[in-house]
Amino acid sequence: MQRKVKLTCHNVWKLYGAHADSLLSGTDNPSDAELIQTNTIGAVRDANLEISEGEIYVIMGLSGSGKSTLVRCLSRLIEPTAGKIAFDGEDLLAMSPAQLIDLRRKKIGMVFQNFALLPHLTVLQNVSFPLDIQGVDRPTREARAREMIATVGLEGRENYFPNQLSGGQQQRVGIARSLVGDPELWFLDEPFSALDPLIRREMQDEFLRLQSLLKKTIVFITHDFDEAIRLADRIAVMKDGRIEQIATPEQLILHPASDYVAEFTQHIAREKVLSLRSIATPDMSGTQFAGDLDGALKVAEAADIIEAADAPFRVLNEDGAPIGQVSANLVIDVLIGRTHR
Amino acid sequence: MNGLRRILKAPSTFWIAALLVTWALSTWSFPLYKALDARWIIRFPSQFEIPLDVWLTALFKWLQNDADLFFFTFRDLTRFLSSLIEWPYDQVRALMADGFSSGQGSNAVPIAPPLSWIAVIFILVAMGRYARDWWLAALVGACFFYLAVFGQWDSAMVTLASVIIAVPIGVALGLGIGMLTYRSLWFDRMTRPVLDLMQTVPVFAYLVPVLVLFGFGPVAALIATLIYATPPMVRISTLALQSVPPEVVEAGQIVGCTQRQMMWRVLIPSAMPTLMVGVNQVIMLTLNMVIIASMIGAGGLGFDVLSALRRLDIGGGIEAGFAIVVMAIALDRLSQAFSKRPPSPIPPADWGFMRRHPWLISTCVVVIGTYLLGLVIPAVQTYPASLTLTTGSFWSDALEWINVNFFDTFEAIKSFFLTVLLLPVKRFFSGIPWAWGIIVMGMAAWRIGGWKLGLMAAAMTLFIAASGLWAKAMITLYLCGVSVLIAYMIGVPLGIWAGQNARVNSIVAAIMDTLQTLPSFVYLIPVVMLFRVGDFTAMIAIVLYALAPAVRYAAHGIRSIDPQMLEAGLVSGCTPRQLLWRVKLPLAAPSLLLGLNQTIMLALSMLVITALVGTRDLGQEVYIALTKADTGHGIVAGLCVAFIAIIADRILTALSKSSKTRLEAA
Repeated sequence: MQRKVKLTCHNVWKLYGAHADSLLSGTDNPSDAELIQTNTIGAVRDANLEISEGEIYVIMGLSGSGKSTLVRCLSRLIEPTAGKIAFDGEDLLAMSPAQLIDLRRKKIGMVFQNFALLPHLTVLQNVSFPLDIQGVDRPTREARAREMIATVGLEGRENYFPNQLSGGQQQRVGIARSLVGDPELWFLDEPFSALDPLIRREMQDEFLRLQSLLKKTIVFITHDFDEAIRLADRIAVMKDGRIEQIATPEQLILHPASDYVAEFTQHIAREKVLSLRSIATPDMSGTQFAGDLDGALKVAEAADIIEAADAPFRVLNEDGAPIGQVSANLVIDVLIGRTHR
Repeated sequence: MNGLRRILKAPSTFWIAALLVTWALSTWSFPLYKALDARWIIRFPSQFEIPLDVWLTALFKWLQNDADLFFFTFRDLTRFLSSLIEWPYDQVRALMADGFSSGQGSNAVPIAPPLSWIAVIFILVAMGRYARDWWLAALVGACFFYLAVFGQWDSAMVTLASVIIAVPIGVALGLGIGMLTYRSLWFDRMTRPVLDLMQTVPVFAYLVPVLVLFGFGPVAALIATLIYATPPMVRISTLALQSVPPEVVEAGQIVGCTQRQMMWRVLIPSAMPTLMVGVNQVIMLTLNMVIIASMIGAGGLGFDVLSALRRLDIGGGIEAGFAIVVMAIALDRLSQAFSKRPPSPIPPADWGFMRRHPWLISTCVVVIGTYLLGLVIPAVQTYPASLTLTTGSFWSDALEWINVNFFDTFEAIKSFFLTVLLLPVKRFFSGIPWAWGIIVMGMAAWRIGGWKLGLMAAAMTLFIAASGLWAKAMITLYLCGVSVLIAYMIGVPLGIWAGQNARVNSIVAAIMDTLQTLPSFVYLIPVVMLFRVGDFTAMIAIVLYALAPAVRYAAHGIRSIDPQMLEAGLVSGCTPRQLLWRVKLPLAAPSLLLGLNQTIMLALSMLVITALVGTRDLGQEVYIALTKADTGHGIVAGLCVAFIAIIADRILTALSKSSKTRLEAA
């Protein structure tokens, strides 16, 4: 089933420099040499994305790769130099300031790396702030805000000020604030990067739990490849303003498009990412099978059973039809990272 | 041969040569003029002087009498502006000091008395408690009780009334302009040089045009105070708005704030702590202006000080001066506490109005209560005169005693400094021919900050020469130079000591805080009493006033050195002395230069005030222009002071920047 496309971005460029505008009027695709020559910085270069409804779309890149600029172009916090962005098929860049304000109030939420909470407001006031701005009356907006605060697990802290909370708690407030208007599109700009590793892990779980409840369309920015793999339905890897590859985590590990991407995938615990479906050998020769396994299982989850058995297992797709087999040897190949096939 | 070339190429050679030539020309300029019979060497040819002062005077005369701005005359405009300030000022003054009445002059029928002294003190104590704690409340209460006990109450309330009017207007104006500069880069570029100029032009210089345009009186004084106190608020507002984290701004945008919501709901509340620092600044600058503004018609404590000083009434001057200090300390601590106050916890919703606003309620009760009681018992309304104390005669006697017993000692100190330091330096500066002055200034600025700075410095120096104020400017330079040198020589070691020792730091910081709270004028009083008028007196007052930044920046520079650097030094086996000279001081250099910059700025602003104790410099020119209401001359002399300040500021900023980049590159 093909899901509906929520946000598309087509040939988006963001250039910084004195000649930023004129550079793109002559050609659609200025080369590296041209950029250097004119002293122009290509923060985002020719970005093409298609984000479907309900998916977690992770944009991953190291610092300076342009991921933050790209997400700001997508939310039009920054005006792109060139390109097209469409939200629900509507041209985002053609919107008037009033339309844009309306869109942001009703359909967009965003979480920031350093929380961006207003220091003079309490947790409750911070969370209800977006509704306050829209002129929602106080009882309604506070009831809604309390609901959101409960959802992120901060009941009892409604009257605290941001500086009385830990980093993790502050980001929960940020998350609650971004969700209080019930947005359709949820941007998260490195939301967990400023947190300690243990808290980060906890917040990622929390995030997945929330998403399983809310089913938002999510654009998630991170510089942490592990985080990207853990959360994403699809990942766009960025380098120097360009998107290197867009793929699901499994495809990314099995078929990295470039050495740059491969360098990230090398150190990933493959058994936790790869599913039986994606490693199974398609030939069904051999007669003896130890049993059937669901293709959606991750290798790590099935490894014990497969190794304990004498014979390979049949792998079934979601309809219950066999699509291949996995053996103990194949699992070992995956675990030690030996390229198979 | 090689050695010679190396000497010629060394950077220090330029400075030594420049100094030697300047010294030689300064010493022999007079004989040179005699020998060559070229009078232009020591005097700027009068036919080339720019009569800017005449033009300016004519301009102001025209503005005042004839200028027609199409719909209304300029005069209408100034009248409109002053009425805008006059009405609220009259109300506040009636509330604080004079009482309300209807009718004019001797027919006035009193309606209501002003706030009783108990009510005023209670309000301030309540504010202290609300802003921080009972300690602050006690301090503020004690300060104002002092005013009542020592018979300064009425004058103090007049002064407080002008503070109450000037501060909100200054803050609102500053914030408004700051908001515009934040929004528009173009506006920012336009206001920046104006602000630079306004902060460096000495106060007296704009007293003259204000006097001419608005006449003598409290409104003119308030306007001059606003001109003086607003520019820093503009600066701080712009800075405060710009330093709101970009993420917070983006958060505001993404929740769909309109431009107005963005400013009032996101930016200004987020910038509030910094903005409150600006409010504190405006309060302190307003108080700093209290005495000076009384020259053009402000009453109150400032007028008391000024008239006591003119009468040479030592005791009265000290008493009124001390009252200003006490008030300044109370208002400073109070406003600082407000800027650091954490947001108050949200009271439970089921609390009633009475319980949620205890201070508001109790203040209303006290105000009404004392008003009613005051109708029956006068002592509740006004502090009984029979219970006031005066220290005036004590101060007079004490000073007389000191002068009788230590006259010779003070004379000896004074003449020692005069002969060893002041007079030789004065001779050096006064002798410099104007043409060489322009050249050497331009070259020095060019060496330090590039050709643009050099050109600017030369042009500004030329302006001073062409205004016919060269000799006065050199006196300014000499007094300023000597005072800055001494302030720096005392201040930097003190700062270094404080920077290395936490206990010393807490003491020194407290003293410096208090020194900075004092209005600049107050410094003059004791010094004049001890040393009478003259350059030496001026120098001591300037040194005292300009000491604080030298100490503060030195201490800050030492304290903000990365501890790892010190550890690296210690591990390499530095002795404490080596650690100071080889590690700490070089690393603190940018901060020390900034401190020098601030010291010079404060010295120049104080220098103008010392004109009152008989210096013969540019400040004196401005002061004379004020007494004669000679608009043009006052502005031109003021501009000369401003140009000296701007040249010094730009050169030192360039030096500090280059030493900073050198440190960062290493």
